[in-house]
Amino acid sequence: MLIKRPEYLGGVKPSDIISESVYENRRTFLKAAVAAGLVGSALPAGAAQAPAQADLKYTKNKAFGADLKPNRYEEVTSYNNYYEFGTDKSDPAQNSGKFKPQPWTVKVSGEAEVTGDFSYEDILKPHPLEERIYRMRCVEAWSMVIPWVGFPLGDLLKRFKPTSKAKYVAFTTVNRPSEMPGLRYPVLEWPYVEGLRIDEAMNPLAIMAVGVFGKTLPNQNGAPIRLVTPWKYGFKGIKSIVEIRFTEKQPPTSWNRSQAREYGFYANVNPEVDHPRWSQAREQVIGNGLFAARQPTLMFNGYADQVASLYAGMDLRKNY
Amino acid sequence: MTRQQQIDRIYKPVLFVLCLVPFLRTAAGAFGIAGQSLGVNPVEDILHSFGEWALRFLVLTLLMTPLRDVTGKPWLLSFRRMLGLYAFFYTLMHFTVWFALDREFNLAGVVEDVLKRPFITIGFLAFLLLIPLAVTSTNGMMRRLGRRWKSLHRLVYPIAILGVWHFYWLVKADVREPLVYAAIFAVLLGWRVWKARQRRTRAAATSRS
Repeated sequence: MLIKRPEYLGGVKPSDIISESVYENRRTFLKAAVAAGLVGSALPAGAAQAPAQADLKYTKNKAFGADLKPNRYEEVTSYNNYYEFGTDKSDPAQNSGKFKPQPWTVKVSGEAEVTGDFSYEDILKPHPLEERIYRMRCVEAWSMVIPWVGFPLGDLLKRFKPTSKAKYVAFTTVNRPSEMPGLRYPVLEWPYVEGLRIDEAMNPLAIMAVGVFGKTLPNQNGAPIRLVTPWKYGFKGIKSIVEIRFTEKQPPTSWNRSQAREYGFYANVNPEVDHPRWSQAREQVIGNGLFAARQPTLMFNGYADQVASLYAGMDLRKNY
Repeated sequence: MTRQQQIDRIYKPVLFVLCLVPFLRTAAGAFGIAGQSLGVNPVEDILHSFGEWALRFLVLTLLMTPLRDVTGKPWLLSFRRMLGLYAFFYTLMHFTVWFALDREFNLAGVVEDVLKRPFITIGFLAFLLLIPLAVTSTNGMMRRLGRRWKSLHRLVYPIAILGVWHFYWLVKADVREPLVYAAIFAVLLGWRVWKARQRRTRAAATSRS
């Protein structure tokens, strides 16, 4: 496969992104594990292959969520909706051990001046990584607080010089049936696709995440690179992205294609517009325990100041 | 001991405790007893667990008659009442958890949900229909109702259909599990239809001769 490396994208080794100490730590861990007879015996086949998450170099961006208390690591990494690995919340963590997030290539196409295939390293190279603590509201009426590590999506998209015809951005998830057992069943039409209006994509809140809790993304969280749009329901945050396409027309999105009456293109968090089968007014906060009260859901998940202007004059009941 | 004594003194008490295990496990998890714990989203966990056990006990209840027909062991029917009452028990727990922990005793919200959301409407209807069956499950009520008891308890067939339909409409996209229950109920109810038709054919043949 031809991998374009325009000058300004530069080349970068994984070691530029992942700090040295991690390689060392991982080696030590593996040695210890082998010594203890763990690797390849006690661990299931998939788990033995799953790499430990590597530390990332990043700065904390205090402007986003410094006042929020993140959920526990186990909550964020064991309760996931990632149907390509199975539809139970525990499936992605259990069934994603065979998934190989490296090496990785993202194809950029459509209405932009710069298109082609870009390696993971090329994609990341010019972007300083930052940690942002975001609320995550699932369309199923539960929520978490997650410390993502990533960079603004808009900064990435600008590098491809979208043309005036680029009204939308479409994303596609990788489609690897041999590594993703959930793809055997047509629960949704595969591969998973998502999309944003270009001005939504350029909003500073939208980020490409490559890590959580200061380390690279575990497979179940969308390794190696995924979208995070905290004012929208979680399903908009497409995982393991292999294609970014600039389009003139609104691109199809997986859940909308599956059940248009229940899942719209915008999917903005909105306590006033119910899902046809349940209320969106309140949410179950993961980690608060069995007897904790549900918390009221906020308009745009609490990010109205940053994003409400994007939808000025739109009927949000129709454009749900 | 006679077979009847064995059933009353050994099998039934053992079955009673076995049927209670899923409930005890969940209760232990909820209060962190005996190293049990619930998942990351405990309310959803309990709600779904009780709902599924309600369906499973409906399956077991409806399984007893075909099993008796196939094996020719009439004592299998001795367990039907207990299994049916457990189906009601887990349905009641499912409803209670939904009302108390999910809807947080918000009566107006519950009424709105029942009226507005079809999957809740049919689930609630199944729950309501189970109540008269539980109430009339005693020997006294069986005697008092006589032949009407049997007609009343045929309500369990539509209840099973409503229950699995409720499950089918609840899931977001992966309908495989609800379809498995639907298939099982189809076999169990189909068996009864087939038997009724055979009886009718036989009766017609007898009356003609």
